[in-house]
Amino acid sequence: MTGTDVKASVTPGVRLGRVSFVWRPWVLCVTLLLAAAAFLVFCLSIGVGDFPIGLSRVIATILGGGEQVDKFVIMDLRMPRALAGLVVGVALGVSGAITQSIARNPLASPDILGVTGGAGAVAVFLVTVSGGTAAAVVSSVGLSGAALAGGLGTGLLVYFLAWRRGIDGFRLILIGISVSAVMEAITTWLLVTADIRDVARAQAWLIGSLDNRSWDDVGVALWGTLALLVVVTGVAFQFKPLHLGDDVAAGLGVRCTRVRAVLLLCAVLLAGVAVSAAGPVPFVALVAPQVAMRLAKCPTPPMAASGLVGALLLIGADLIARTALPITLPVGVVTAAIGGPFLIHLLVRANLR
Amino acid sequence: MAVQQIAGIESGGAGTSRLAARGVTVGYGGRAVIDDLHVSIPPRVITTIIGSNGCGKSTLLRTLSRLLRPTSGTVVLDGEDIGRLRTREVAKKLGLLPQAPVAPEGLTVADLVARGRHPHQSWLRQWSSDDADVVARALAMTGVSDLADRPVDALSGGQRQRVWISMTLAQGTDLLLLDEPTTYLDLAHAIDVLDLVDDLHESGCTVVLVLHDLNLATRYSDNLIVMKAGSILAQGHPRDVITAELLYEAFGLRAKVIDDPVGDRPLIVPIGRTHVRLDEQSTL
Repeated sequence: MTGTDVKASVTPGVRLGRVSFVWRPWVLCVTLLLAAAAFLVFCLSIGVGDFPIGLSRVIATILGGGEQVDKFVIMDLRMPRALAGLVVGVALGVSGAITQSIARNPLASPDILGVTGGAGAVAVFLVTVSGGTAAAVVSSVGLSGAALAGGLGTGLLVYFLAWRRGIDGFRLILIGISVSAVMEAITTWLLVTADIRDVARAQAWLIGSLDNRSWDDVGVALWGTLALLVVVTGVAFQFKPLHLGDDVAAGLGVRCTRVRAVLLLCAVLLAGVAVSAAGPVPFVALVAPQVAMRLAKCPTPPMAASGLVGALLLIGADLIARTALPITLPVGVVTAAIGGPFLIHLLVRANLR
Repeated sequence: MAVQQIAGIESGGAGTSRLAARGVTVGYGGRAVIDDLHVSIPPRVITTIIGSNGCGKSTLLRTLSRLLRPTSGTVVLDGEDIGRLRTREVAKKLGLLPQAPVAPEGLTVADLVARGRHPHQSWLRQWSSDDADVVARALAMTGVSDLADRPVDALSGGQRQRVWISMTLAQGTDLLLLDEPTTYLDLAHAIDVLDLVDDLHESGCTVVLVLHDLNLATRYSDNLIVMKAGSILAQGHPRDVITAELLYEAFGLRAKVIDDPVGDRPLIVPIGRTHVRLDEQSTL
C-alpha cells in the first residue's frame, strides 16, 4: 500500500488564499443546480397571472431593466408573494435541517419544536375570540406578529422544558410533541366553540398561504431570515462533529451545549419567521432536508441544499396551486401533496437499488 | 510509523506523568461516584482501568478527558489544570474514543476519519493538504486504507472500531483514552483491536483503556488501575497486582491465578459453581 494510493481516497481540499475547504464537486453541483432551479421557478411564479409576463422580461426587470408597466406589476404586485415563498421556503428548509441534525432523527421538524402549534393557537384565538383585547392586539402588532410571538414563546417553552444538563434529542422530541398536542387541543377547542365565519378565516390561516402579501409582510421575514442564515453559517462549522454524538464531538473540541443551543434557537426563530409570513405551511421543513440529503448524497442534511429545496418546493407548490388546478388552493395543501410522494419516490428508489 | 510524525507535538519525558487526577470528586446529580481520588497516568505505556460494573471506571476516564467536570479536585494535563484549558486545546493534546460511538448512516470511512482533524481547523481553514496527509497516515496505521470509500455502517464491528480509533489518531495526539474499545467484539476481533492499540503504544503513545475482560487487560497493559466503589484498590504492573485475593476483593470473584502458558503475565481462571473439580471449589 503506497502513500499516494491512500491519499487519493481521502477527500481532496481546495485552497483559495487563506481559505481552504473540502472539495465535494457533487454537493456543489447539486447546490448550484437547485439554486438555478429555484431562481427559474421564482421568475416563472412572478410571470404567471392575469397579466402574463414572459420569462425574459421578468428576469430583465428583476435585474433592474424592463419597461415601466412590467416594473409596476412585478416589483409592486407580484414580487412580495414570490419573495415570501422564497424566504419562507429557505427558512423552513434550513430550520428542518437543523432540527433533524440535532435530534438525529429524520422525523423531527420544527413543527415538533412547538413553534407551529403555538403560533396556530394564538392566531386562532385572536381570530375567533371577538373582544376588546384581542382586537387591540391584532390592530397593534398584526395577526402575524402576534402569531410569531406565540410560536416563539411556545418554542422557548419546549426548549427550557427539554433542558436537563444540555439538550437530548429524544427528550426534545417527546416534550415538543406533548406541548404541540396541548396547543392543537386548544386550537381545536377554539374552532369548535367559535362562530362559523371566524372558523373559516382561522382555517385559511392554519393551512398556510402566500395570498395577499405586501412588502411590509415580506420585509421582516426577509431581513430576519438573512440575519439568522448568517448566524447559522457561522456556527455550522462547529456543528459538523456533533453528528458523531456529544461525547465524540466534545473529544474533538466542540462546546456541544453552546453550539447546539445557538443552532436550535436559530431553528426556532427561522420557523417562527416562516410561520409569521405564511402561516404554518405543512411538510416543507420535514421533507426538504430529506430530499436535499438524497439529492446531494450526504449522510446528514446539508444546510444550503435543504434551504433551496424548501424554496423550490414552496414556490413550485404555490405556482401549481395558482395555475394547474381548477380552483385556487392555499399553498399548504399542495406542499404536502407534492412533498410526500416525492420523498416516498426517493425512499422506494433507494430500496430498489 | 511513529505517532510523533502525526502528532508533531513533544511528549513528556519518561517519568513525568502526562495526565493525573488530584483529589478528584465526581458525581451525577449530587451522588458522588468517585470520591477524593488520586491517580497519575505514566507516559508511554498502556494503562488499563478495571473494576466491577458501576465502580466508576468510565466516570474516571470521562473525568480525565474533561467530559465530566469534577465537583472538587483537579485533573492535570501536561502540568496544566484541564478545567482551565479551552476545549479545543484539550482536543489537540488528548484523543478520546467514547463507548460505542455511532456514525450517521452513509458516512464514509475517509469522511469520518477526516472529522478527527476538527481541533486543528477553523471556519476559514476547513481543510488543508496537511489534514489530508494526516488522515491518510491515520488510515494506513489502523489498516483501513482500503475501506476509505466504504460507509462506516456497512463495516464489521472490528473494522468499525479500527476506523474510530483511526479518527482519534487523526486528531494527532499521542495521548489516547479509549473507553471499552472491545465492547461488542468477538474475541478474535478484540485481540485484533488490542494488537492495534499495542502498535500505537510501541510507536510512542500513552494509552488509557477501560476494559471488561480481565485476561485481555492483564495481557495488554503494563499498568493496571483496579477500582472498587469509586476509589482505587490497587495500581501497578499486572504481575504485581493480579492475585486471587485482589480479584475476590474487587469483583467478589473466586478465581485461580496461574502463569499464562503463552506469556509472562498471570492468567485468571474463574471458578464458578459448575464443572469445577471439588478440590478447587474450596479456593479462598
